[in-house]
Amino acid sequence: MKTLVWVEHEGGAVKDATLSAVTAAAKLGEVHLLVAGAGVGGVGEAAAKIAGVGKVHVADDAAFGHALAENVAPLVVELMGSHDAFVAPATSNGKNIAPRVAALLDVMQISDILSVESEDTFTRPIYAGNAIATVKSKDAKKVITVRGTAFEKATREGGSGAVEAVASTGDKGISSFVGAEIAKQERPELTSAKVIVSGGRALKDGETFEEVIYPLADKLGAAVGASRAAVDAGYVPNDYQVGQTGKIVAPEVYIAVGISGAIQHLAGMKDSKTIIAINKDEDAPIFQVADIGLVGDLFKVVPELTGKV
Amino acid sequence: MKILVPVKRVIDYNVKPRVKADGTGVDLANVKMSMNPFDEIAVEEAIRLKEKGVATEVVAVSIGVAKAQETLRTALAMGADRAILIQTDDEVEPLGVAKLLAKVQEEEGAGLIILGKQAIDDDSNQTGQMLAALLNLPQGTFASKVEVEGDKVSVTREVDGGLETVKLNVPAIVTTDLRLNEPRYASLPNIMKAKSKPLATKAPADYGVDIGARLETLKVVEPAKRSAGVKVADVDELVAKLKALGVAA
Repeated sequence: MKTLVWVEHEGGAVKDATLSAVTAAAKLGEVHLLVAGAGVGGVGEAAAKIAGVGKVHVADDAAFGHALAENVAPLVVELMGSHDAFVAPATSNGKNIAPRVAALLDVMQISDILSVESEDTFTRPIYAGNAIATVKSKDAKKVITVRGTAFEKATREGGSGAVEAVASTGDKGISSFVGAEIAKQERPELTSAKVIVSGGRALKDGETFEEVIYPLADKLGAAVGASRAAVDAGYVPNDYQVGQTGKIVAPEVYIAVGISGAIQHLAGMKDSKTIIAINKDEDAPIFQVADIGLVGDLFKVVPELTGKV
Repeated sequence: MKILVPVKRVIDYNVKPRVKADGTGVDLANVKMSMNPFDEIAVEEAIRLKEKGVATEVVAVSIGVAKAQETLRTALAMGADRAILIQTDDEVEPLGVAKLLAKVQEEEGAGLIILGKQAIDDDSNQTGQMLAALLNLPQGTFASKVEVEGDKVSVTREVDGGLETVKLNVPAIVTTDLRLNEPRYASLPNIMKAKSKPLATKAPADYGVDIGARLETLKVVEPAKRSAGVKVADVDELVAKLKALGVAA
């Protein structure tokens, strides 16, 4: 089976989510990549070095500059004439583009897969991760999005894929990119961080969130996350949200501070290797999944912890 | 401008789903069902656009069992003008739903179709994008802000690193994210009024599209359980644990 993996890239570099998608695709067969964007020659070369990669298709055109699904999907459909499966990371770009590709191919997409059981059978979470379904696709071609935390990342070195330019399918002229407000992060990215410190509604407001959570995160070299309640209350921007409707994370260590542990939140972090919970309510559901729990007032405990690590 | 709002009847947001012992699915017998939360946000957004004078009519449509009428009545009570139920006892996958909705749009000619970004049962996150593909229309997915400006609609999207704004030609497809708005509760007088609003019942066969299942669910199981660990007495003990994990120096 020949697979085509959508390469997610930013600032000229291949993003980690792509590497997990490559690992998933390799379980299906030969791995080809698609790098689409404006001025992406360097990304194409970097992608060709990913271990296990065959051909790298590079579509360099302003029409693909902001990954607009209206322009990218027809390009993918064109390439799917000679591929059997389209594989994309389940990132916001992947989730935007892949279903558009699937419908154009008259294929039912398999979203957010956790494992590849065989060429046509996959597992995926349903009901906010409260159940895991094993599904078998009857479609001749497959369209799949991959949950990054469920697959090891392919290594960035060791491959020698052949880079091949592909003709642009052009700008469809029905949508345009206006602008983006991408938060500048000096800390590690949530989805690839080894350690995450997350805060919940108990932090009271944005100011105390910053005073309590950030110093601990910086001391541990950790990314900062938040529960939906903290995001909805405006303590931190939406892209900090960990949970079924936010980011799915699986770091080595996840420290939940003042987070009660709603199902929605647990769905986004329960695959973390070690979960540490700090909460003043000893009956908080978060303690049912935590490996290490500390019952106490976070406003006392966290600064003390920050001072001692 | 007419707005079409597809809505889905799903397990209530507050109910913890239980996997059936025989592994065939999730037990929905005697479980409270409600409108998918993201679809509620879609209905709310459509109604707000009507209140602002941007939209002239809001049409809610659902594909599902006879009881999905209740979900449509909720949309009508919130402020939708009329409803269409495409009634079927079969589970219709996102691709099939998108095909049916494309046919409904051919008849209705809406300027905007606003859908939830995903249903909280199958968590597919596909229908809006698929519908946009089938109709060859632009898509503004995961919207946190929607502004109609003449024959364009500006959609601010929640993306991985923050927010992104795109401008789309109308007609367009919009899928809603959590922070687009806070849906209203229907008032009792409006719930009463909704009972007399028009609700047309159709069958999938009326639309002549193939909605056969492409995915076969082989089994459904509970996720691996985490067991509760240990509680530490104080910060010093926690620091020791962090050191053992190699996280603290």
